[in-house]
Amino acid sequence: MTTVDTSPATTSTTTSTTAAPPRTTLPPRTPPSGQQARRQLGTLRTTDLLAFFGALAASATMTGLLWTQIAPFTGLVGYVVTTWCLGVLLYAVLTSFDENRPTVWARVAAVIVHSLAALVVAVLAFIVVYTFIKGWKAVVHSNFYTQDMRSTGPRDPLTDGGARHAIVGTLIEVGIALAITVPLGLVTAVFLHEIPGRFSRFVRTVVDAMTALPDVIAGLFIYATLILILGVEQSGLAAATALAVTVLPIIIRASDVVLRLVPGGLTEASYALGSPQWRTVRRVTLPTARAGLATAVILGAARAIGETSPVLLTAGATDHTNTDPVHGPMMSLPLMAYSKIETGQPNEMARGFGAAAVLLVVVLVLFVIGRIIGGRGAGQLTSRQLRRRTAASQRDRRRYDERHIAAAPGNGTHPADTGG
Amino acid sequence: MIDTQEFEPIAPDQGPQVRRSLKANPGPADRFFRGAVRGGGVAVLAIMLLVGSFLAYRGWQALHKAGLSFFTTQDWNPDAGRFGIAAVIVGTVLIAVVAIVVAMPLALGMALYISEYAPGRIKSWMTSTVDLMAAVPSVVYGLWAVTLFEWKADSLSKWISDWFGWIPIFKVDGVKRHDPLASMTRYTSSTFIAGIVVGIMVTPIACAIMRQAFSQAPAGEREGAYALGATRWGMIRSVVLPFGQGAIIGGTMLGLGRALGETIAVVMIISPVFQIRLHVLQNGTSSVSSLIALRYGEASPFGISALMAAGLVLFAFTLGVNFVAASIVARSRSGAVSEV
Repeated sequence: MTTVDTSPATTSTTTSTTAAPPRTTLPPRTPPSGQQARRQLGTLRTTDLLAFFGALAASATMTGLLWTQIAPFTGLVGYVVTTWCLGVLLYAVLTSFDENRPTVWARVAAVIVHSLAALVVAVLAFIVVYTFIKGWKAVVHSNFYTQDMRSTGPRDPLTDGGARHAIVGTLIEVGIALAITVPLGLVTAVFLHEIPGRFSRFVRTVVDAMTALPDVIAGLFIYATLILILGVEQSGLAAATALAVTVLPIIIRASDVVLRLVPGGLTEASYALGSPQWRTVRRVTLPTARAGLATAVILGAARAIGETSPVLLTAGATDHTNTDPVHGPMMSLPLMAYSKIETGQPNEMARGFGAAAVLLVVVLVLFVIGRIIGGRGAGQLTSRQLRRRTAASQRDRRRYDERHIAAAPGNGTHPADTGG
Repeated sequence: MIDTQEFEPIAPDQGPQVRRSLKANPGPADRFFRGAVRGGGVAVLAIMLLVGSFLAYRGWQALHKAGLSFFTTQDWNPDAGRFGIAAVIVGTVLIAVVAIVVAMPLALGMALYISEYAPGRIKSWMTSTVDLMAAVPSVVYGLWAVTLFEWKADSLSKWISDWFGWIPIFKVDGVKRHDPLASMTRYTSSTFIAGIVVGIMVTPIACAIMRQAFSQAPAGEREGAYALGATRWGMIRSVVLPFGQGAIIGGTMLGLGRALGETIAVVMIISPVFQIRLHVLQNGTSSVSSLIALRYGEASPFGISALMAAGLVLFAFTLGVNFVAASIVARSRSGAVSEV
């Protein structure tokens, strides 16, 4: 970098003479004089804020003028939409006074992206909150969980009757459906992962195709086979089978993806140690992917609980609590929500919303559990698992020590301590 | 100088060469394990093929009887021999198209926000929100739509039809444009309303695919764009969007596949009409899945076959859309990483 100085005198760079060849010079380190203003590192400036809020205020008032004075427009939705469009336009104009064209585009794009994201969140929050508000009248009464609708008429007050039959029915149906799909789904996912080949590729393609099967068609299939041909009555079992057909491809696909994330080095290490395939799957692959598999199952369960159309075709509907999955129709929460809304009676609608709110809470809880479990990557341990594993390895070490002492009395050093 | 020395190939030993078998003997336990696991795969395959072939077999009976008129008849009256899916399939496609028109910008905006604009903590919150939105049961969307949204959105429908009614699909029969006294029931239960609700439902599905692809856009190219002086939007336009192009199309198509098959929310919103109605804002439409959900109970065995034929056509639609979508997503550049 610097030129090699051939002169014997090594002059200080700060006191360089004019005769010397060019060399690196350092500026004198004098402390800055006067008051130093701290430089702003943020990207947000006052003018940007002014432009944004100015555009917002201008568009709101302009639209107000348009709505009330100039054109006979009505409706809140139209007002908001017009305000937004006008606001974006004005914001672009205001920014263009200060900035060049790419910056104006960037600003407008940022506004549009932010508002779209806010709209999505707002819609979701609105739907969830609306369901809870409408169902609140029904779910605050304890009889909503302890009674069914067998002796309750549509006009009876909300202190009478409840959703016990639907809650029980949902638990039974989803329980049976999961009892079918979880073992079958996990085994199939292991099959797709462990025994690659032309056949498993074919199975994977078929499973992928089946995820495209609309849920109502799964219901229709069970209705046509189990109920019409085999003579099973409309019952919890039929509904559970329909749910199983709907959820099975989803669980298989999710588990397959999770199994593929297991690091190849782990399984290969297991094979290198000479363990057979089944032991590798049991001791390495499945434990490593446990969190992800649990998430796959839980999200599958959440899906099964919320499915309405397969249940609509196969479960029948009843106002009685039915705990027998084989005989008699069975109610479930989504079906109850659906059928109560169709009646149009205010109290029945409140019960329908109550059922939907309970359903939503169950799905939310399952979702949060799935997130907490699935938040960790494959093979990552919780602190509790880590403690347990540390304790186990300390136990092992003590055991080795004892064995060592027993084998060679008088020599207490452990091989590991001597650099083993 | 070094002489290159040629080695004589050493002749193999003259003794008889035994070819070593490369097959591993897995042992009885492993053989049992492989057999059991394979059995699970075969069982699932059998179930899936049973569903598919039963559907095809029963559907074929009705299709065979109706012939080509199945695709041109609008009525649905299987026992009288007059039935076809012309009306319902058009309704299904229209609802799905409206849904995609709603879902595509929402999903794209949300995905861009999550991957490009949101700061760290909000990013993971938003990701969870979108996944939660996918987990909300469709009956909840249906409840919301039928008790509230339908009665608020009709003014939007009226506004569109008042100002854009000269475009044929936005026309509404039976009301004069700009008529303040027009009956609002003309605007409820329409393709438009059902499409918006289904669009909200499929937004998270499309969004999840897009977000994943966007966040995999190579960091080197992003920083290159910034180094060349691009604004954030400039970077998105020149790096993220081209990179995620396949995912945008594929994710939207996956959403379309879901929208085609959506049942319960559509059943709750629409009032079924068995004629081709291209006026999306007007009361009354139909879809294949709602047809099945509404007509299965009163159907004769042949009626069930006819419903299965309709379901088969719908399944063929969703299957085709899904496969094209999956191949587009798989072929997009995801996984390609530039060296930094």
